Amino acid sequence: MPPVAPRSGDAIFASVERVNAELFTLTYGAIVRQLLTDLEEVEEVNKQLDQMGYNIGIRMIDEFLAKSGVSRCVDFKGTAEVIAKVGFKMFVGVTAFVTNWDADGTCCSIVFEDNPLVEFVELPDTCQGLNYCNILSGIIRGALEMVSMKTEVTWTRDMLRGDDAFELQVKLVKQIPEEYPYKDDE
Amino acid sequence: MGKEVSESCVDSLLTEMVASYCDRFYANKSELAARRIEAIGYQVGHQLSERYTMERPRFTDHLEAIKFICKDFWSEVFKKQIDNLKTNHRGTFVLQDNRFRWLAHMSVDPSLENGGASQDPSDAGESKAAQATSMHLYFPCGIIRGALSNLGIPCAVSAEVSNLPACSFVVRIKA
Repeated sequence: MPPVAPRSGDAIFASVERVNAELFTLTYGAIVRQLLTDLEEVEEVNKQLDQMGYNIGIRMIDEFLAKSGVSRCVDFKGTAEVIAKVGFKMFVGVTAFVTNWDADGTCCSIVFEDNPLVEFVELPDTCQGLNYCNILSGIIRGALEMVSMKTEVTWTRDMLRGDDAFELQVKLVKQIPEEYPYKDDE
Repeated sequence: MGKEVSESCVDSLLTEMVASYCDRFYANKSELAARRIEAIGYQVGHQLSERYTMERPRFTDHLEAIKFICKDFWSEVFKKQIDNLKTNHRGTFVLQDNRFRWLAHMSVDPSLENGGASQDPSDAGESKAAQATSMHLYFPCGIIRGALSNLGIPCAVSAEVSNLPACSFVVRIKA
């Protein structure tokens, strides 16, 4: 089979099986709520949401590569664009954009306003330290690690805390050289 | 049509939620993990039924409420209706879905599945596979219980799987 040509996020989203976002939103909300009850500490909930995201990300990357037909991104810049333009769109149907590049091209921000995770959500005063959407930063970190990029992903703006958008800072820590599991002569 | 997300988002989230509770938070305490997973489902069912019944008159009896779950509620969540509804007319209802969406993509480790062929009911492999499936079913059981409880019907809900991906949910209404 010939390789699939890269497809736009919109085209992929239109072709995949979709479900009512309400179910997704409420399920995520119920999980966060249960974690707050079970783990008690807000910091621990942040950590566990990140871990859950990481575990999802390392599996989701396969689906992403298969459905998007994206082959190799030349550099971190291209990768960030693909996450924002194709990744966000094909999974949750929202548009994100990349901005705030640093001089050496290893750190940028992914910014978006529409976010299906936070519909109907308001943080009570007791949860002010909660990074409600931490699963998302974990997903990006996990997915990028599977394509040899070790990153740190942190929230710099959060609409649940009164900011005007969501902003994730993605910093490339190191690019892990690919190691092939076979030798040249085989 | 409201907003949508890809189905794989929901699948990934549910799989990871079950795995987190079973393997990390309550490893080796499957009873506790099950209760938490059911509680998450309850929350979701409660809120969904609140939203889906906003513009409806109150249900006059249990059967009417159960029919709402089988038709409208199921269609919203799973894009299909329950295939078969049975009742003993004494407060027990069996809702059968011949192709339950959340089991349709589920694959059981073949080495575990083959365990079933050994004819040994206590076979460890088989029971492990069955346990993994049942952990995933606490969530929809919780959803049904939460939805009905929001309609003023306290009940207990359990699930039975005979032939994947067919699944029956047994609702026992508390007198």
